[in-house]
Formats: sequence, structure tokens, C-alpha cells
Amino acid sequence: MIPPSPLVAAPHLQNWLKLSEEKKLIFFTGRVELGQGNTTALLMMIADELDVLPSSIILETARTDLTPNEGITAGSMSITIGGQALRWVASALRVQILDIASKQLKVNSKDFSICEGYIFDRGKKTEFSLNDFFDGLDLTRKIVDDAKPKSFKERRKSFRDINRIDLESRLFGAPFIHDLKFDGMVYGAPVHPPNTHSHLVSLDLEMLKGRPGVIKVVKNGSFVGIIASTSYHAKNAANWARNNGKWESNIKEPFNLFENLKNLNTKPETVIESRDVNKNSGTWFEITASRPFIYHGSIGPATAIAKAEKDKITIFTHSQGVFQLRQAIAKVLNTAEEKICVIHKPGSGCYGHNGADDVAFDAVLMAKSVTGRFLKVVWSRFDEFHSSPMGASMVTKSRALLSSNNRLVAFDVDVSSTPHTNRPNANFPNLRAAGYLANPISPSRTPDVPVERGGGADRNAIPSYEVGGVRVRKRIIYDTPYRTSALRSLGAYCNVVANEALLDSIAKQIEVEPIAFRLDHTTDPRAREILERLDYETKKDRAVSNEEGIGWGIGFARYKGSGGYCAVMVKVHVGENVSVTDAISVSDVGEAVSSDGVKNQVEGGIIQSISWTLKECVPVDGFSATAESWTDYPILKFSEIPNLRTILIDRPEEKPLGAGEISQGPTGAAIVNAVADAIGCHVTNLPITRDAIIGTINAED
Amino acid sequence: MSKAKDSISLTINGSKYKIKADQDTPLLFVLRDNIGLCATRYGCGEATCGACTVIIDGQAVMSCDISLGAVAGKSVQTAEGMQTKPSHPLLEAFIKHQAGQCGYCLTGILMASKALLEKEPFATRKRIAEVLDSNLCRCGAHSRILDAVEEAGKFMSKEQ
Repeated sequence: MIPPSPLVAAPHLQNWLKLSEEKKLIFFTGRVELGQGNTTALLMMIADELDVLPSSIILETARTDLTPNEGITAGSMSITIGGQALRWVASALRVQILDIASKQLKVNSKDFSICEGYIFDRGKKTEFSLNDFFDGLDLTRKIVDDAKPKSFKERRKSFRDINRIDLESRLFGAPFIHDLKFDGMVYGAPVHPPNTHSHLVSLDLEMLKGRPGVIKVVKNGSFVGIIASTSYHAKNAANWARNNGKWESNIKEPFNLFENLKNLNTKPETVIESRDVNKNSGTWFEITASRPFIYHGSIGPATAIAKAEKDKITIFTHSQGVFQLRQAIAKVLNTAEEKICVIHKPGSGCYGHNGADDVAFDAVLMAKSVTGRFLKVVWSRFDEFHSSPMGASMVTKSRALLSSNNRLVAFDVDVSSTPHTNRPNANFPNLRAAGYLANPISPSRTPDVPVERGGGADRNAIPSYEVGGVRVRKRIIYDTPYRTSALRSLGAYCNVVANEALLDSIAKQIEVEPIAFRLDHTTDPRAREILERLDYETKKDRAVSNEEGIGWGIGFARYKGSGGYCAVMVKVHVGENVSVTDAISVSDVGEAVSSDGVKNQVEGGIIQSISWTLKECVPVDGFSATAESWTDYPILKFSEIPNLRTILIDRPEEKPLGAGEISQGPTGAAIVNAVADAIGCHVTNLPITRDAIIGTINAED
Repeated sequence: MSKAKDSISLTINGSKYKIKADQDTPLLFVLRDNIGLCATRYGCGEATCGACTVIIDGQAVMSCDISLGAVAGKSVQTAEGMQTKPSHPLLEAFIKHQAGQCGYCLTGILMASKALLEKEPFATRKRIAEVLDSNLCRCGAHSRILDAVEEAGKFMSKEQ
């Protein structure tokens, strides 16, 4: 077995665990809880491997002074990589404890086993527990020297069913970074320019200082920070500043987004060209899908707490990557990384690179002027909608070549997109305020996510079927006035919509049932099982004669081509607007460590994707995003939620594949195809609003 | 401005409080910052997301949208008050259905649901959804939340 990659940089037991003063095992993970429940699943994996009750161990999440650096918690890799590493850690610990126990008790270690924290001798419970042998532990040992992770047959099913360990505190407690308090803490509020290409022209700082509760005003270049005695006063003063300051854009002409995205004159990068897509003869079919900018829209705004001392900066953050944030801040402040400690605390739900890193830097900029005191910054809803990175806008053109015997023999996908990655790191700080300090570090061009990590704009551009020769080309449009970065599933959402709508429209034109057409191009047995199961589960309902305005549609993909499989069938009603009334899904993420956790992720992905597909579009004016509140950016509401049926095929013998991003693409595609079933045309310029439907119908007439 | 700083009396989760703060301060900030009851969450401060919903004299109210002065003498319930023994049926149902992901919206939803079910324990799923339209959830836990509230309602209507 190949050791999980995090064990290379953090090879020893002491990198991953310590004993508390009460002799409780504390494990470290470089991952962070984003609201998805990964800490519960990670805890279950440790408990299972070590065979102790989950409640008997503690898991500490990422902080730069304690845990291993596991990079960014993103891309559905928490369980796949981070969890596997912890299994090896727990295994090495178990092997060592059994070895110590057998030496002390003079029994052959082969006779010993561990069950629910107790030592068993030839299957019989002894009086000794794990804790009795902690004194002899050598935590400097290399994990790979001892670890023998269990096979799936040895794993305990009983630990699979524990509830989220953190749900109760979220129901009536104060677990969020927003709730953290320290003695003498002050409150900061940033006043960012309306976009990254504007500079501050005028703002009466004296008047601002005189606003109620304001202690201090910090100005550095075009960044203004207000420090006040309460969060309410800080927020009010920032509102006042926004209404009374003047900023000027360095860009004079409004930017036409889709004109630029559809301009195919710029040379594309060829991602894959497995065979010459032009050689086959047959009939070409084509479809173009587009998506606008999409907000992260976490319910709780971006928040951070910072304290600056003479030689040390402490930061509490809900960033996805504490080590990368530290590198970026160290670079901008021109200081040593070791002088900065970054500690993760839970924030509101995180769906990608949101404002967490930016607000942490805001807090540092302000905290430096009140040394020795903690300073908390909670962004306003206006800040969220104006200052945080947005999900990228993109256009995907998919073409497919059909042979005379109705087989797909070539597939050609062209993706144009604004950047899907702009995360902070040592080379590219990418912290919003850094771009307009007195000594600015301007935003740089971050290369798109490489194909080996699933690709960025081109993620899932290769369809999840056998389609003959495939070519994928992409263009990243960097020079826009807008700031975009990673949002759940990156390019996969739009690419799956385009590819699945194309498959669907071809199937309709040649009068083949859509699932049968997909199965004709699928040999992977796991993919086949999913499609067949979804067919079986929905057949009866679909057979009921279609009323006016009712449609059914399917979407399927294997995330990143190597991750979890998900197929979604939806029923829509097209009236004044489109509503999704039913969504049935079948997923396979390999070993489902927490089956309820996986289902919750799949369901959340489906609902978020329905919201994206039917409603969401960031309003822009050619210079900046213009939404100021939720009324300018409606998302799916409770009364718009469909009946959900979530089917999970558990494969304990397979490796776990991650679940947080598998359902967005298939759901969007299923909706587009269901709307086409209802009205006869594929509306692929998302979101599918009434205007988009009318536009598509008019274009086809 | 002296009047504005007069102390205001109110009841929160059954306990009496005297608060010295500007009367115009929204209740949300008083709860979180002055009293330290942080289960009431700040989401938008503009009465558009519902994360800060509390119950005032039986009515679900967004606490960012009502001033301290306006709640003088009134009785406020927050999510902290749900930690009763035995557990409130709503809490039990939320845990049973694992109804939530990040949970930031949940306390507001709990309060809105409690106010509804205390008046209308027989509320249908459709009615519950309509009422909860004032509360936004971004993680997509809606279906589980509706399952939980519906089940709690069934339990509470039996108790009546």
C-alpha cells in the first residue's frame, strides 16, 4: 500500500497526535471543518482504525503552530487524502500500543487485539485499556514503519452511525468564530473601494473619527479601516464612510463579459487531444452553455480576529488554508512566517474561496494599530457581495460527432472562463486589500488548476462516457474588472450542463431514450449500476402521462473523471417560472465513511445547484458586482424545495472519493434536460429564468 | 442623549435583565455583545436572512430589525433557552434528522419554527415552508429541516 501523501512532510506520530494532561488522545488534522461535517467523519475513521469509542478522542483542526500542513481543505479531498492519513496514524499507534502491552504483560503480541479501547487477549477482554500503556509510547517513530491499516472487512460498522459531533453546539451554542470574545477586544470594519481597480479619492477622516464609538481610523493607500468599541458602531461608521467617500475607477470603459468570453480569437490552451477529432465522418451536434458570476452567499459573513504584538501576530480565521494564508500575509507584510500564528475556527458554511482570507488580512491591518489587543472584523452583507471573490462566469461549447449507427465517435469541448483559482499563497498573496495599499502587491495571474488535480475551468469537460476521440481546449480570461475564484465544483457545473444537454438533445433527435443512450456509451460497471438504478427508481413515475408544463430530465457525471459518481433525475414544472418538484439521486462515493454525512452533502449540493440553475446571477455593471443585499440576489427558499430521494450505493471495499461536489453538475444538467422535456428546447444560458426561456425560444424560431 | 442611555428592563429566556445601552441599538447587538448570548446570529443586519430570529411575546421577530427601546418590558426567547430537560421536541427532531450542515442559519430557523408550532402545531409541511421563507439556508439542508419541524409539530400537537 502506498502511504497517503500527507505522511511525506509529516512522517512521525508526534506530527499527528499528542496526549493531553488527562491522558486523552488528541489527534491533529491539517484539514478544517467547513460546515460539511468532515471532522465527524475524520474522527470516525480514527476511532475505527484504533478501535476506541469516538467520544474518547479529540481532533484538533488546522493551526499553524500545531497541526501538519495539509494544504487547502478543498476539492472533496478531506476523507480521500486527509482521512486516509489519519487511518495510518491510528494504525501505527495501535501497533505500537499492542507491542508495548505484549512486552509488559509478556504475552505474544499476536494474541492481543483492541476493542472499544480495551486490550483483548485471544478474544477475551482484559482489565487493561489502551491508556495503561501510554507511558511507553515513542511518538518520534515513523508512521510508515509501523502502520498496517485495516482491510475493509476488519472495520467496525458500529462507528459509522454516530451523529455530527458539532450539531448541538450549532443549534443553541456559540461555536463560530463570530462568537469568539477576548478581554479588551475592539471591533474593526473595513471600507474597501467598490472594486479592485478603484482608488480612494476623498474621505473626511476627521469626520469619520468623530462618528459614535469610533476609536481610531486606519488608512493605508486606498484601504480604510475603522476601529470602534462595539461591532455595531464599527458597522455604522463604515456605512457612513461608504456613503461619504469618493472612489474613482482606473478603468474607463465598461467590460462586456460574455462578449469577451465568447470571443474565440484568443488562442486556446489544448488540455487534451486524444485523437484527431476531425477525422471521423458522421453528423456533428453542438450546444453552448453559460453561467454568470455566482456568489458564495454564506449566511454568516466573513469574519476574523487578529492580535498584533511586538514580534508576533495571532489570527483566528475560517480560511480553507491556514498555512497558505500565513504565507500570503507574511509576504505582504514582509515578515517571517514564524512570527505569524494562524488558527482555524468554524465559520458559516464555506463553498470555496470566499472572503475569509481577505477579512483576515483586513483584521491584521487594523490590529497593527492597536497592539496587544484582539480586534474582530465581521464583514457586512455589503462587504460580502462587493468584496469577496465570486464564482467564475464561463461559457462551454460542446460538440459531438455521431456515426451512422448512432454511436458517439468524437467529442470536442471549448471552455472560456474567468479564473477559478485565485487563492492566497506565498507567490500570489491575492488578499483583496493588498492590491491597494500604499505599497501595493497587485493581484497576479494564478495558473488554472492543473489536469492532475482535476482541472479548473476544464473540470469534467471530458464527458463521463466512451465517446471516441476527445479534444478539450480552454481559455482563461484574466483581464476583467471582476475578481473570481474557486466555488464548489469549479468548471464541472457548467461543463456537465453543456455535455449532458448535448447528449440529451442528440438522444431526442435520434429518438433514443436518454438513459438508454447513455448506457450505450458506458462500460464502467459502477456508472452502469448508477444509471440503471436511477432508471428503475423513477420509471413508474416517469411513465405517468405528462401534463402540460411537466418534464423529466437526467444528468450524470463522475466528478473530475476519477471521483464520486452521481446521477440525478428531476421533475420540473414550467409555468410562469420553472420549479423543481422532485429530485431523485443515486450516488457512489466508494467507501462512505459516514453514510448520512454523504447523503447530507449530496442533498445540499442538489439544492444549492437548483438555486444556481434557476435563480442565481450576480448583477454587474461592467465595473463591479452591484448587489447590496439579499433582495438583489435571491436564492432558493423553503417553499421552493423539491421532494428529495437520495440513494447511496455504499462500496466499503473501494477507496472513499468525497461527496461535497459530485451532485452540482448532474443537478444543473437534469434541470436543463427536464425543462427541454417540458417545452421542447434546451435553455442553457443559465440561470433558467423566464427571460432566458423566452430568449431561447425566440432564437430557435 | 441621556435618555438614550437609561437602562431598559426586559426578560430573556425567563431571566430579568437591566441593560444600559443606547435605546436605538438593535436587539441583536445587545444580545450578542452586551449580554453575551451569541446563539442569535448576525447574518445581514437588514432583516433579509432570518439568522437573528428570536421570539418576542410569542412572535418570531428578526432581532436586527427591532431596537432595544422597543422591547422594554417584553419577554424574549433565544435559542439558548432551548436547552431544557427533557429536550424540546424541535431540538430532538433536528438532531434525529441531522437537519443542518454549517448550522449558521439553524438558531433563527429553530426560533421561527417554535413560534409557529406553538400557535399552529398542526401546520402542514407547505405552511411550515411558507413561514420559513423568511429564513435563508445556503448549505441546502432545507429538506431535512422541513422533515424535523414537521415531525416536531406532530409530537407537539399530540401533547396538546
